[in-house]
Amino acid sequence: MAKYKEKAMEYVFLATACISILAVALICFFLFANGVPAMKEIGFADFLLGVEWRPSNDVYGIFPMILGSIYVTAGAIVIGVPIGLLTAVFMARYCPAKLYKIFKPGIELLAGIPSVVYGFFGMVVIVPFIRQNVGGNGSSIMAASVLLGLMILPTVISQSEASIRAVPESYYEGSLALGATHERSVFCSILPAAKSGIFAGIILGIGRAIGETMAVIMVAGNQARMPQGILQGVRTLTANIVIEMGYAQGLHREALIATGVVLFVFILIINLSFSIVKMRGERT
Amino acid sequence: MAAFDSNVENVEDIMPEDMEAINKETFKDRLASYRRTPGSFLVMLLVVIAAGITAAALIFLVGYILVNGVPYLSASLFSWTYTSDNVSLMPALINTVIMAFMSLLMAVPFGIGAAIYLVEYASKGNKLVKVVRITAETLTGIPSIVYGLFGMLFFVTALHWRYSILSGACTLAIMVLPVILRTTEEALLAVPDSFREGSFGLGAGKLRTIFRIILPSAVPGILSGIILSTGRIVGETAALIYTAGTVAAIPSDVFSSGRTLAVHMYVLSNEGLHVNEAYATAVVLLVLVIAINALSSFLAKKVQKS
Amino acid sequence: MDTTKIMIEDLDLYYGQFHALKDMSLKINKNEITAFIGPSGCGKSTLLKSLNRMNDLVEGCKITGKVTLDDEDIYRNMDVNLLRKRVGMVFQKPNPFPMSVYDNVAYGPRTHGIRSKAKLDAIVEDALRKAAIWDELKDRMKKSALGLSGGQQQRLCIARALAVQPEVLLMDEPTSALDPISTTKIEELAMELKEEYTIVMVTHNMQQATRISDKTVFFLLGEIIEAGKTDELFSMPQDKRTEDYITGRFG
Repeated sequence: MAKYKEKAMEYVFLATACISILAVALICFFLFANGVPAMKEIGFADFLLGVEWRPSNDVYGIFPMILGSIYVTAGAIVIGVPIGLLTAVFMARYCPAKLYKIFKPGIELLAGIPSVVYGFFGMVVIVPFIRQNVGGNGSSIMAASVLLGLMILPTVISQSEASIRAVPESYYEGSLALGATHERSVFCSILPAAKSGIFAGIILGIGRAIGETMAVIMVAGNQARMPQGILQGVRTLTANIVIEMGYAQGLHREALIATGVVLFVFILIINLSFSIVKMRGERT
Repeated sequence: MAAFDSNVENVEDIMPEDMEAINKETFKDRLASYRRTPGSFLVMLLVVIAAGITAAALIFLVGYILVNGVPYLSASLFSWTYTSDNVSLMPALINTVIMAFMSLLMAVPFGIGAAIYLVEYASKGNKLVKVVRITAETLTGIPSIVYGLFGMLFFVTALHWRYSILSGACTLAIMVLPVILRTTEEALLAVPDSFREGSFGLGAGKLRTIFRIILPSAVPGILSGIILSTGRIVGETAALIYTAGTVAAIPSDVFSSGRTLAVHMYVLSNEGLHVNEAYATAVVLLVLVIAINALSSFLAKKVQKS
Repeated sequence: MDTTKIMIEDLDLYYGQFHALKDMSLKINKNEITAFIGPSGCGKSTLLKSLNRMNDLVEGCKITGKVTLDDEDIYRNMDVNLLRKRVGMVFQKPNPFPMSVYDNVAYGPRTHGIRSKAKLDAIVEDALRKAAIWDELKDRMKKSALGLSGGQQQRLCIARALAVQPEVLLMDEPTSALDPISTTKIEELAMELKEEYTIVMVTHNMQQATRISDKTVFFLLGEIIEAGKTDELFSMPQDKRTEDYITGRFG
């Protein structure tokens, strides 16, 4: 009897382990089954490369949104990566132990703040600031980039810090013993050794930025047209889905799901490159 | 070696107070050294400035919301029913609790069960384990809007559950599953093998060992993962708008729609009519999430120490 | 002619409450190999690291006394980076950077501002030749240094130290992680290098000290027990404890 119970429970555990496989399979199936037919109907090229999105005329080109996502993400990287990486260096190599005890939880806090709160902050602080000091009406690629740059900081920082700390101290000492300064030792001997971990962190940050939805909607302006400048509004793939899904019908709705499919494929590619970079880093 | 017990009583072994250590690098020395290497000085400045920006951004963000929101934390904001006048966050707050409870009710057993299988049963190099790992990692990377889309297509449309608490909870359950799986796995791996051997040695079966010995000692780690998931559920918006909907009332059953606090926050700031109340709502949401995350990392640190 | 390169006077070193080096005074001569011997934990490595101020990195480390290099006080009025350029170091475990062989050797000169490719090439070749590893590595300059054998890595590290043209070379048990053949190569190398450099070597191995060093210093429990010419110290130790150690009665 007891033996049956043991065996039965093993299968129960096995079944629970398969849940994540089932979930990924279901997500893929439902997204592709609902999105791909619409892409076919619209035409793959017209859908992916079409520069106009006019649901009322049944014109569905998401190229502006693809570009929008890329621009905003690139902006976030330009702002978030240098600050994040340097902050990680500060935490791993400069920060006195006492300050670290406050700094580290601070970074964790930054990671925990909900997107809507970031978005709200962007709406009431960043957008008006850009409107008054830089130009345009504020809701823009620039606002979204700054906000997303801030949002990916914790990801970039904690990944980079961990990989900097994983570098053997002997590299640092070897460099110092040659008469190099602290800075040169950190940047020329430790950072190169930590580069794959840092790179993985950046990819993770890209994933976060491209998938971010609510915060971007609240600051990016969301005009469904080709991006026209850093101070102009822009719509990302994620924003496209949330803004129109509420009232979309028929092909329009399916086109939005297809937008989700494109986003999903982007994310899968990013995840894959993350795993590859991480694996390479572990091998050496 | 007796002489290596650092003998504090022995006066000789303590540095005499009146002697100044010569290997102290003073601020002046460092400046002089930087004068010779201006490049290094510049790099050091950049590092400090970057860290300053990060710290300032965090302090400014939290401070700005607190300063602008706390004065508007009025009693009417917490009244039992929502009207377009009081924009009460109470229903949303209650929905959040219900939503977190339901999602965890689904995700926790599956997450823990899966982790038990991976750590305690699966043999090394098992193909299935690899697939489970990869899919769990994939789930971690999927953005919440994609979960929302899937929840809408599967729970809302295919299963005809409509916009409902149940649809939302199921969607979030899948979303936090990898978090619980990973933290539980780590907690189980941290249980020393001697515990297992000790239990087997007494003739206990595998199940008994797992439930009586291994799980209890892994509880703090698992708990920290559950609380971390709660934080994600509380902060989630994009996955809920098209699964749980945005009705601002406490639902009568699991098939009714209801907005959580984060969704409420989004709707409120999008309407743009109640800016002060939006600040106050942001304060509540922020404090809630900060408290939850602090609790989680407190538990995680406790695990590391023991 | 004054042959003193490094002068240590009344040096005390504390790690927190622990008195690691007790009132040490020692003279180290130019163009000689000075060996530090003694049981583990006796302070020989600690004293070595005090000579290029690597102990500054250790938290809670306090030093009193005076150390001079060519009559210049290395703890006062000397830029620590310049000191380390003059006093190079080879570590116990080979620690090449995760870069190519060439970049490893060029790291030091680049650090000190040499940018010209031709100059760097010349320095790298010269350093590798001096470290007796040029012939083995000249065809794999662009390969990662991590792919070399342990003995090659250690000689590469010596080349790397030589490339900044130091005056003194500190070697902290440089052969303890190596096989006998590599050890012999490093020892021969040290003997050649003393023509140009002052070498201080920590070693666990008394045979090594007798084989290559001119002077030997015996440490015990944070004190210098005896220092003198190697052949004299080993044949006629003045102190009972030295005799016990070199005849293998403890340690």
